[in-house]
Amino acid sequence: MSEISTGKRIIQWFDYRLPIFTFMHHSLVDYPAPKNLNYWWNFGSLAGIILVIQIVSGIVLAMHYTPHVDYAFSSVESIMRDVNYGWLIRYLHANGASAFFAVVYIHVFRGLYFGSYKAPREVLWWMGLIILLIMMATAFMGYVLPWGQMSFWAATVITNLFSAIPLVGESITTWLWGGFAVGNATLNRFYSLHYLLPFVLVGVVFLHLWALHRFGSNNPTGLDTKGPKDTVPFHPYYTVKDLFGISVFLLILLAFVFYAPNYLGHPDNYIKANPLVTPAHIVPEWYFLPFYAILRAVPDIWFVEAKLAGVIAMFSAILLLFVLPWLDTSSVRSARYRPWYKQIFWFLVIDVIVLGVAGAKPPEGMWLILGRVATAYYFVHFLILMPIVGRLEPTRPLPASIDESVLGKKEKGASE
Amino acid sequence: MIYIRRLLATVVICVFSISVTDCGKAIAASDPIPLIKQQWSFDGIFGEFDKQSVQRGLQVYLEICASCHGLEYVAYRNLSEVGYTEEQIKAVASQYEVEDGPNSDGEIFTRTARPADYFNNPYANDMEAKLMNNGALPPDLSLIYKARPGGADYLYSLLTGYEEEPENHEVADGLYYNPYFPGGAVAMPQPLYGDDVEYADGTDATIAQQAHDVATFLAWAAEPNLDSRKKLGIKVLLFLIVLSGLLYASKTKVWREVH
Repeated sequence: MSEISTGKRIIQWFDYRLPIFTFMHHSLVDYPAPKNLNYWWNFGSLAGIILVIQIVSGIVLAMHYTPHVDYAFSSVESIMRDVNYGWLIRYLHANGASAFFAVVYIHVFRGLYFGSYKAPREVLWWMGLIILLIMMATAFMGYVLPWGQMSFWAATVITNLFSAIPLVGESITTWLWGGFAVGNATLNRFYSLHYLLPFVLVGVVFLHLWALHRFGSNNPTGLDTKGPKDTVPFHPYYTVKDLFGISVFLLILLAFVFYAPNYLGHPDNYIKANPLVTPAHIVPEWYFLPFYAILRAVPDIWFVEAKLAGVIAMFSAILLLFVLPWLDTSSVRSARYRPWYKQIFWFLVIDVIVLGVAGAKPPEGMWLILGRVATAYYFVHFLILMPIVGRLEPTRPLPASIDESVLGKKEKGASE
Repeated sequence: MIYIRRLLATVVICVFSISVTDCGKAIAASDPIPLIKQQWSFDGIFGEFDKQSVQRGLQVYLEICASCHGLEYVAYRNLSEVGYTEEQIKAVASQYEVEDGPNSDGEIFTRTARPADYFNNPYANDMEAKLMNNGALPPDLSLIYKARPGGADYLYSLLTGYEEEPENHEVADGLYYNPYFPGGAVAMPQPLYGDDVEYADGTDATIAQQAHDVATFLAWAAEPNLDSRKKLGIKVLLFLIVLSGLLYASKTKVWREVH
């Protein structure tokens, strides 16, 4: 019989009463993951690590920030100039927000390509979409906090959207502002919510992981795992792969932080907010541009004025994704075996990029037209093409198992 | 497949024609003229501020710009970062008066500025600044380098870009033609003509030299941690490159038997 160390015995004592160690062992060590996951599956863990970076850097920033219209801008400058490594923490937090969206968008598109939203993972997909919505609210409110020109005018434009709601719109906007214009009350509540929402996010991330571990990760073949031949334990296989991914990710993020910290920002946000001077072009951060393009693309439709129609279109663009598992009528998950879907998938990627560019340009001339076409196509893709393609598409034969697909590839590689 | 392509083409054409009829004309925005690109000492991964240039730029700022533009977020003490001694900083600060108080008699008083004070603002408030500048507000320069697209190149172009207005270009009274300023007409009269300052280090004070120096100074004023940021960045990125290599090797080793 081997000796059991005291440390181990304490852990056993505790674990018997609250099996947290067993839980962690199950989800981070033993957890069987498909052995064929490619690098696109790294983006989930990347999103997790950037959430931690944002929370930690954000908490430190909050120690030095003053949420008041008269002091917010100068308190940010004092972080940049007087706080030890304040510039590093702030640039990390600002660029971290961009990185978070970049990573999450790739994560979402990976899910779209490999059919990760399909049964039985619909609730997992929903939790992901809720995470995205909370992220957007958090990022928007965070952008307002430095109280620069873009902060102030972004807050004005976005909160004004609610005034498009018939009858109660004006009252809702006043209620959101805590006054009759964007002001100190608005800044204070945004600060409070910007601090609160990330922790709500952590909660939903837990639900997301819980739902994930119910059926396990999807994989590039889209096939269900059929036993130990198809899987490897999470540790060490995916811990080491995720760590490698995190290291490369940090390399890119920190290259921005150290060498192009303001590249993704707008120069106007280094001008203190001035309610009397409107910037020539009010543009959101890059990660909202596709949605901004949709917002501005919609003209007056019959009795619905353009502003309301635009707001409805913009929110629908995300809410639509909640019913995607039922809009997609194909029984095959992965685009690998769906030749038609693969094409329209890439077309959608291009479409969203076009929307992003159109969102950055003033809504006039060619860019307004392109924005409208791209907006229409976005909805056509989900509402028309997804159901039709799923029914008519001749899918390619599926391999019998994940193991077989991996072996097949290897033999093909060896014979070449 | 062919059905899908046809469907796509039809949809695109339909939407396109709807959009075209609805919003016809493209408005050609007048393109601003490209900025004059300069080599800056602080460009690139290994860039750092040329301290001599920053010091000359400070001289230009104090003797020319400071009569209208404040530097709200920069303190005299910060000058130690660009090579000034404590004595020199005290000497610079002591040329200015600042308001302080209330003292033990309950009175607001003025005193000589100390190194801990922030750069003197030429006006008591924005309204006074506007009154004395024909209604225009000279912007604070602490962050101007980061608050304008083009950064130092923009500042250089603006300062050297004053010229006679072209014939087809009408400039309103009290404004000056400058093609680099958005709209082409700026409220600031030409500030530099050459030999506006006598450089302490004997450098020839041409317009170009003064503009370059003051742009360098303002870049430092906006981003005083640039030098240490870039130095730390190299170490961090080198570390991460090595770490990524090691992790990749570990990953390959762990996965060898699976593939």
